[in-house]
Amino acid sequence: MSARSLRNAIYPLAGLTLIVLAWQLYVTAFGVNRIVLPSPLDIARASVANWQTLLRETWPTFWESVLGFGLAVAIGIPVAVCVASSRILNLSLYPILIATQSVPKVAVAPIILVWFGLGMQSKLVIAFLVAFFPIVVDTAAGMRATPPGLLELARSLRASRLQVFLKVQFPAALPFVFAGAKVAVTLAVIGAVIGEFVGSLNGLGNLLLMANSQLDSALAWAALVWLSALGILLFAAVALVERLVMPWAAIGHH
Amino acid sequence: MTVAAQHDATGRRDDAVFGRFDKVHQSFVRAGQPPLVAIEDISFEVAAGSLVTLLGPSGCGKTTFLRIVGGLIAATSGTVQVNGRDVTEPHADFGVVFQQPNLMPWRTVLNNVLFPMEILGLRDAQAVTRVRELLALVGLESFEQAYPAELSGGMQQRVALCRALIHKPKLLLMDEPFGALDELTRMEMQDLLLDIRAKTGATVMFVTHSISEAVYISDVVVVFSKRPAVIADYIQVTLPYPRSAEVRYSAGFTALEHRAGRALGITR
Repeated sequence: MSARSLRNAIYPLAGLTLIVLAWQLYVTAFGVNRIVLPSPLDIARASVANWQTLLRETWPTFWESVLGFGLAVAIGIPVAVCVASSRILNLSLYPILIATQSVPKVAVAPIILVWFGLGMQSKLVIAFLVAFFPIVVDTAAGMRATPPGLLELARSLRASRLQVFLKVQFPAALPFVFAGAKVAVTLAVIGAVIGEFVGSLNGLGNLLLMANSQLDSALAWAALVWLSALGILLFAAVALVERLVMPWAAIGHH
Repeated sequence: MTVAAQHDATGRRDDAVFGRFDKVHQSFVRAGQPPLVAIEDISFEVAAGSLVTLLGPSGCGKTTFLRIVGGLIAATSGTVQVNGRDVTEPHADFGVVFQQPNLMPWRTVLNNVLFPMEILGLRDAQAVTRVRELLALVGLESFEQAYPAELSGGMQQRVALCRALIHKPKLLLMDEPFGALDELTRMEMQDLLLDIRAKTGATVMFVTHSISEAVYISDVVVVFSKRPAVIADYIQVTLPYPRSAEVRYSAGFTALEHRAGRALGITR
């Protein structure tokens, strides 16, 4: 680990430690009611005491997020490619995409639940809906941002449209695709939790609601911390895939 | 103008004509304005195996002319023939080096140079061997696994040169390829180009706005006037080969520079 990457890891950790410390001091010094705001120590204790419950409830949320995100990638990228390569498709599909995006997903969630039931499917669909848009928009932007010089090079060699797409446009769009995917994967977790809030039998969002209704704030906060950890973990996973798929991108940015 | 006659007068009438450009005219339609005439009338011939530079001020249409020769755009009127065929679209016999290296950041040097072979369906072990030969020729043999971001501008342009040569083009089209390089790298690249030209025997058409570069590397300098472009002068460069640093400081070199400068309206 180089000195720079060590420093990159130390600063956020130091910032986090400072906030947690201040929080703990505030709660202890002012004797804040632990139902209103549990201390970090309380949350840690609840987290350790209930780790089996938390882990059990993490899996449904994990799968809802990951499958919803996967579906958004699998459908979003081809849609973006179509939108970016055809003027007619762009004109006919893009306004609909924008319109669906402006519908608040929280408002749609109850309807989705009616359609897909209380199980995992409905959460998966909501996660998909929120993750879909950034992937489509960023991929389409990337497809349009191909350096003109590369297109001219391909043209000078009389490359076919398929060759241009596979060998020039799509690889050139990859940084955009991953930028969209990193936003989308954290949104997918939010989508899954929205679904769980509206109606569910399990998941971290469900646990959070239950704990809250029982005034077990420490457990509710613990669920929140686990949710954040899940989001960070999924983000890191996408970032890792990005590094593996685009090893060249790390060069010149160190 | 009587370009062909001048050409014959130098005693090179035995040379086969490789490129023939007759009354090439290019104008661009503009909304709500009269058409922009980029090229008024350009006619000359290019002998096989020669290195011809198109010299002219910025925006004079010399790059447009090169793109017409390469089949990347169509002339409004006139005849463009290369190797006996009318040029209507790009051809596998052409290799193009652009002003920018235009390398793909996601491909290694090796795979960047192989790109034309992939498009032409010719990627095989032989092609890889040829990439290595070309990289050795430009002094980048130890960089075949490097990514473009790890290379300097001069090195990137050398890779672009290899990429333009990989499919053994008969005509190499170069659009101010050394324009973005510093003076020393530029002089190195000029010698490299002469070396490669001698080894491959390709006909080269080279766009530049540097008088000394044009005189140093060329057999013929075609001086373009300001837009709309006509030929301001057609200069046979009779300087000896191999061109070297001494050539740059010879009286003959300076005289040719003066002549090109006069054609460009810079000196009297």
